[in-house]
Amino acid sequence: MLDTQPDEGYTTADGRKIGGVAMEMKNITLRFGGVVAIKDISFDIRWGEVRAIIGPNGAGKSSMLNVISGFYNPQEGEIIYKGYRRPRMRPYQVARTGIARTFQNIALFEGMSVLDNIMTGRLNHMKANIFQQALWWGAAQREEEENREKVEKVIDFLEIQHIRKTPVARLPYGLKKRVELARALAAEPSILLLDEPMAGMNVEEKEDMCRFILDVNDEFGTTIVLIEHDMGVVMDLSDRVVVMDYGKKIGDGTPDEVRNNEEVIKAYLGVTDD
Amino acid sequence: MPDTLLFAMEAAANGLTAGVMYALVALGFVLIFKASGIFNFSQGVMALFAALTLVGLQSGQIPFSHLINAIFGTRLHHFGFTLPTLVAIAGTVVVMIAFAWLVERYIFRHLVNQEPIILFMATIGLAYFLEGLGDIMWGAEVKRLDVGIPQGMSMAVDEMTFNWFGYGFYMDTLELWAALIAAILVAALVIFSQYTKQGRALRAVADDHQAALSVGISLRFIWVLVWSLAGIVALVAGMMWGAKSGVQFSLSLIALKALPVLILGGFTSIPGAIVGGLIIGVGEKLFDFLMGPIIGGATENWFAYMLALVFLLFRPQGLFGEKIIERV
Repeated sequence: MLDTQPDEGYTTADGRKIGGVAMEMKNITLRFGGVVAIKDISFDIRWGEVRAIIGPNGAGKSSMLNVISGFYNPQEGEIIYKGYRRPRMRPYQVARTGIARTFQNIALFEGMSVLDNIMTGRLNHMKANIFQQALWWGAAQREEEENREKVEKVIDFLEIQHIRKTPVARLPYGLKKRVELARALAAEPSILLLDEPMAGMNVEEKEDMCRFILDVNDEFGTTIVLIEHDMGVVMDLSDRVVVMDYGKKIGDGTPDEVRNNEEVIKAYLGVTDD
Repeated sequence: MPDTLLFAMEAAANGLTAGVMYALVALGFVLIFKASGIFNFSQGVMALFAALTLVGLQSGQIPFSHLINAIFGTRLHHFGFTLPTLVAIAGTVVVMIAFAWLVERYIFRHLVNQEPIILFMATIGLAYFLEGLGDIMWGAEVKRLDVGIPQGMSMAVDEMTFNWFGYGFYMDTLELWAALIAAILVAALVIFSQYTKQGRALRAVADDHQAALSVGISLRFIWVLVWSLAGIVALVAGMMWGAKSGVQFSLSLIALKALPVLILGGFTSIPGAIVGGLIIGVGEKLFDFLMGPIIGGATENWFAYMLALVFLLFRPQGLFGEKIIERV
């Protein structure tokens, strides 16, 4: 169980190394006016793991992800990231600490090409000042080329070479999702947050996306936190699962543990108390 | 070559130089509109304010001197020195950047996520405020602005066209310079927005605020950046128009000429602003040349607006704007 695991991490059955605690959520409570979206939730995320957050509609999963990425600031509780308590931050500041994300309803720059979209993921790795950029001079030009190389690698990795110059608005849904993942990956994040990466996809697209998520985790060792409705997918992908219902945490553990948790079964199958 | 054709060519050439200036003013609108969805009503007044500041710095005027004199009974008006044009321009750029920062800090930061119409109203207020501020700071009288560019007929153009066609075109040297400077600025802005980090960030913000935040772009910084750019564009426009016809209130009305340009080119397109500006510039000169004598002249005053009206009827998104599709 969680408490007995040493903090240095452990090795999974398929031989991946899971490290110590990367981020710890402590007693997070989030309210919107009188509505409590998240009630006193605590859990942790370990380096290198695939951590899933599941739960029925309206359980507060997306809110949780928005708290991690700084889009919402919780009224109570604290977030310990890389060993330090994270102060109140704006989303762009959180992004600069190495947390990248995708959105449930794809948030891409529709007017830009796939390549440009992914390049925006590199913005925080570009340090040339505004005057150098204005003159397209020295450091600015070198940087652009270096970052371009990184981006090309991501493009190769996600197999989207054929659409690199295509304006995003013209792409089908499944590919848009993949481009959004590419943009997040281009930032070389420490933690990657995926909000329903497989929502609305057909079976084939889902399989592709699963493979990419596993490959990212495997090859780059990226820590991944994902929200997903499809139970089958979650159980296959993740190392540990947090289950939420009505803003509360009702389960936390390995897929097998969660699957056999009575409260979880109740929440999902809607068993009545009698 | 028949004379009429030559005259028409002369009119078109003059229209091109005017068109580049229209494009420049329109670009100021497009920059802010793209990045923040704000239609900046104060763009014209910004041009006036920038030109006033430039004259004031150049001639060593003491800002707010009328106000100070009225309160303290002093007789201040000038510092007693003048600044070289380039130094004064640099100073004005600093003032416009400070202005951009203040606008973000004290107006738009408090209006995040408001309806576009509310943001638009805020810029109307800003326009009146800035107009008054310009008057109080630098005085309301018409000022002469000399940036060291000669005025009057360009001998070079006259000679060149005379050698080609046997007829010398009349073109104003100042307008030629204005067009050249505007063209350079337009090109620089296009390169900046297409190929640099901040330019990409700017386009990203224009496209999707949420996504921009998620890749680590600070919206506030980008807003200050676009308002600064719009301020610099306003300065160049104000400087060129001010040098031509004096720095006075009517300068702020040049913004009105940019509206047809925007309707033609589309509010969200930088190339659109350029092409739109050129079409209007050339169009109004040619129309005046061809139709003016028949319908009694002075068509330049309304041609642009009529063209805009036609576009609103048949192609409301402009030549390059995004097509407006309502999905049901």
